Formats: sequence, C-alpha cells, structure tokens
Amino acid sequence: MGPMKQTAHPPDHRTVRTPTGTAAAPAPPPARAATRRRPASQQWAAWAFLTPVTLYLVLFYAYPLYRNIDLSLRNYTVRSFVQGDAPFTGLENYGKILDDPTFAPALLHTVVFTAVCLVFQYAIGLALAVFFHQHFRLSATLRALFLVPWLLPLIVSASTWSWMLNSDSGIVNALLSTVGVDPVNWLTSPSWSLTSVIIANIWIGVPFNLVVLHSGLQSIPASLYEAAALDGANSWQRFWRITFPLLRPVSAITLLLGLVYTLKVFDIIWIMTKGGPADSSTTFATWSYQLGFGNLLPAFGPGAAVGNLLVVAALVFGLVYIRVQRKQALS
Amino acid sequence: MNRSPSRTWWKTATGLLLTGIMLFPVYWMLNVSFTRDQDMRKSPPDLFPADATLEGYRAVLDQQLPYLGTSLVIGLGTVVLTVALAAPAGYALAKLRPRGGGLLGFLFLVAQMIPGIIMAMGFYAIYLQLGLLQSVPGLIVADSTLAVPFAVLIFTAFMSGIPGELLQAAKTDGAGALRTFRSIVLPMSRNAVVTVSLFAFLWSWSDFVFASTLASGGAHQPITLGIYQYIGNNNQEWNAIMATAVVASLPAAVILVLAQRYVAAGVTAGAVKD
Repeated sequence: MGPMKQTAHPPDHRTVRTPTGTAAAPAPPPARAATRRRPASQQWAAWAFLTPVTLYLVLFYAYPLYRNIDLSLRNYTVRSFVQGDAPFTGLENYGKILDDPTFAPALLHTVVFTAVCLVFQYAIGLALAVFFHQHFRLSATLRALFLVPWLLPLIVSASTWSWMLNSDSGIVNALLSTVGVDPVNWLTSPSWSLTSVIIANIWIGVPFNLVVLHSGLQSIPASLYEAAALDGANSWQRFWRITFPLLRPVSAITLLLGLVYTLKVFDIIWIMTKGGPADSSTTFATWSYQLGFGNLLPAFGPGAAVGNLLVVAALVFGLVYIRVQRKQALS
Repeated sequence: MNRSPSRTWWKTATGLLLTGIMLFPVYWMLNVSFTRDQDMRKSPPDLFPADATLEGYRAVLDQQLPYLGTSLVIGLGTVVLTVALAAPAGYALAKLRPRGGGLLGFLFLVAQMIPGIIMAMGFYAIYLQLGLLQSVPGLIVADSTLAVPFAVLIFTAFMSGIPGELLQAAKTDGAGALRTFRSIVLPMSRNAVVTVSLFAFLWSWSDFVFASTLASGGAHQPITLGIYQYIGNNNQEWNAIMATAVVASLPAAVILVLAQRYVAAGVTAGAVKD
C-alpha cells in the first residue's frame, strides 16, 4: 500500500504552491509556512485522526487480552477476583487444564468440528458458486437469498435447528421416518451431538463461501472457457483444468479465513448443546466459557488459560492468512 | 452465446429447489411460530400451519418488547461509536500517509482474529472493577469491538478511491484536514458509511457472547438473551420462542431487501463474522 501512494506525493506539492487566485480567502502567512513543512503537519493531522482509534485499540483489545493473560497466571477465587489480590501461580492453570480429562476430547472436537465444517462449507459453497455463475433467470435473486442464513442472529439459527433436531417432535426425525430410518437423538445422544452442531454450522457458513468464491469466479476471463470449449473440453474438464486452478488464490483466502472463524465458534454449540451431553460436543471455545461462566463456582484462571490456547491457535492461522493475502496483493 | 430457453429454464428450476432446501429452516421457524400449542408435539409435525395462531406473537408483544428496545438502543449506539471511531481512522490511513499506519492496519487485522469469548472474559474482569456490568454503555463498547476493525478496513479501502486532486483543491482553498474530512471526504463516503452502519447494527443486534457474559441478569438485556432465557425457562412454548426468533430476524430481512448490494460488497471486502 505505502510505496504506491508515495509516488503520488510530489505532484501534490506542486499544485499546492500555485495558488489559483480564485480562492476566497488569501492564505495568511502562518498557513504558508505550514504548507512548506507539509509532511510534518500532515503527520500531526494524521495522528490526530488516528488517536481515538489507537486509544480504543489499546483500551478495548490490548487491555482485555492482557487481563486474560493475567487471569490465566493467577489463582483466582470469586473473592480475589473482586478484590484483585489473587496470588501469582505461574503456569499452574495451564498444567491444570492439560491434566483435565476434558482436554483431550475438547482438542479432538475442536479439530474435527473445524475440519469437517471447512471441507463441507467450501465444497458446497464452491458447487453453488459455479452453479450460480451461469446465466439464468432469477440467478442473482436466488444467490442473494442464500445470504439469509449468514445474516440471521446465531441465536435464531441455533434455536431453530434445536427444534428441528428435537428427538420427539423435530421435523428431521419425522422426515427420516418416512424413509424408514429410526429416530435419532440428535442433541441428547453423545454420539450425535457433535454431528448436529456441525450440520448447523455448515448451514451458517455456506453463504460466506458462496459469495466470496462467486466473486472469485467473476475474475476468471470468459475467453479461457470459450477457448477450452472450442478445444472440445466438457464442463467437468473445464472445471478441473480452468476454474479450480485459477480459483486457488481465492480458495486459499476463503479457507484460511474460514479456519480462523470456525476455530472460535461458540454461540451455536453453546446454545444447541452447551457442549454436552457429557462433553461430547465441547470445544476449546465452549470449554473456556464453561469454566469461566458455566458453573456456580467460576474457574476464571483455567477458563482464561483455555481461552489463551485458542487465541494462540487463531493468531497462528491468522498470521498465515495475512501472509498469504499480502503475497497475493503483491503478485 | 446461444442458450436454448429450455436449458436455462431447468437451471432456474434447480436454483429454486436449492434455495428452497437452503431456506427450509427459515420456513420452519415461521411455520412453528404460527403453530398452536396443542399441535406442537404432533407426530409427524404439520408441514404448514393449517390452524394458524398468533399466540406466539402475542407472547412477544407481552414479554419481549423491552428486550427488543434494549437491542435497538445498543445497536444504534454501536453504529454511532463505530462510525465515529473508524471514519477518521480510515481517512488518515487512506489519505494522510501516517508513519506507523501500516502497523496499525496490521494490528486491526490481528484484532479481528481474537475469539469473542476471550474478549468477553477480559471485558468481564474490567467491567466488574469499573461497575459497568449489566450496563447499556458497557455493552455498546463491547459490541463495537465486533465492528471497528472491519469498519476501519472498509473506510480505508473506500476513501483510497477518492481522487487526490479533490482534496488538494480543498487545501488550496484553505481547508484544514478536519474541514476537508467533514465537508468532502465524509459526504463522498456515504456508501461506506451505510455498509459499516448496517454491519455494525446487525452484529451488535445479533451478539450473544457479550450479552450473556456482560449483561446477563441485568435490568437491560438484549433480545438474544430474551430468546436464550425463553429456551431455558419454558421449552414447551416453541411457538413463542420461534415468534421471537422471527422478530429478531427482522433487521436481517430488512437489510437484505433494502441494502443487498451493500451486504455483498461487505462480504467480499473480507467481511467477517464470528
């Protein structure tokens, strides 16, 4: 970003120095002096505009993050939480959560949840993007309607899916019974709860993949497809030889961003299953909340420790995403 | 290219079918919201509310209006705070070439990646000491963190497109940076302001993580908590729960109908959602 704009800088200076005379107010001498030292005064102006948001970044991102690290390094009780005199215990909270019987299942569920959601969201999103990339009546309108699941509040989606997956009165089991499948305890059986929250989350994530991949498709020149069609390539070959390879940069961005945002999914799982039954759908996100807010006796320290592991994972993939994006912007 | 009408007709039909499948949960929410209590546990459930009732919506009017009001106030507050913080920042980053601006932009990208619950836990610890728990301003500030990084990104991208000559002309006429920003940059950035406002409102309206950690049990709770407590308290009255869900979805519906192009622009600008 920076270098490109600097090349536009010198001409700006020249235009400033040639007063048009039509200006209503003849510039007073002090303003002239300021004009000569524009870079410095512009720096001041820039940072005056940036000060509120910088303070905001420090107060409302850096400080909560710092508080969270502090929480994870002390032995907090409800009383010391209020009084702020909790003893420093180093990495004890981290040791505690590593030894916790919930650790292994939470890790496994986080990985499975993230991977399965990503694969299906991407595959379905890509198939739909290719489909809607064709020209047919209502194409744009229908594509816009696909945004609905993404725009709905998560509590709305989660409660709707909860009722649809209800064991006794849910529509999903009713539909399954018409094809002779026995009712499934979607939300109350430990072997199905993770699948249920994955299904709901895929539904929510498809629109994002569809929209981003669709915009990626539009940058592939139509002439390539026409040439391939002349060479006798069928649509399957055109997809694998042209669409898929040329969409790779957009795919990488979509998947990486999806990864960062799926890792931290909390609302859907918490509202549908609270991570249960018996931790069968718990991930790091819900476990962290469970520790900090889900019990009568909050365990802020371990909760913050779990949360920080999640931050590290999100930031690692986030930095990979930023790197990939920068590289693409340069090339 | 020549396409026979029958071929595109099939595509439209397939598209309608796919959209129907995708939106089935939304239809189901509407259907259940009109279903009578005595039909709720019917097996198999009615695919369509033959004996439609407004009981559910009456319950919304009786019980959920304060929650909706709180969400509206918090949503509007979040919009104002977000635009007030992000628009000047976008202008500075796009047009004033500050030293360290690149780093700041990078920090905002990183800030977006911090999981919501971690932010919530930090806010909880801070608000507990400041006595800001269960307060509307507290929730506005917390919700704005969902939108500010995105807003800075959108404003920076949009304001980069404003021609430099225009700003230069303003300078020549003796306008300072503040004046230029207020009378030229901001009016020209109307579309960016709309996009940012829509998303800031929608995200704050939809927020559940901050609401449940920072506002739970207070006098002013947003609609997401209203629904959540509904599910917990009386899981028999699903028509009332789904009616509340329908009402809570109205802002999303309005935005989709009135401002669809802004939404698509926002998503592809690297838009993000928890």
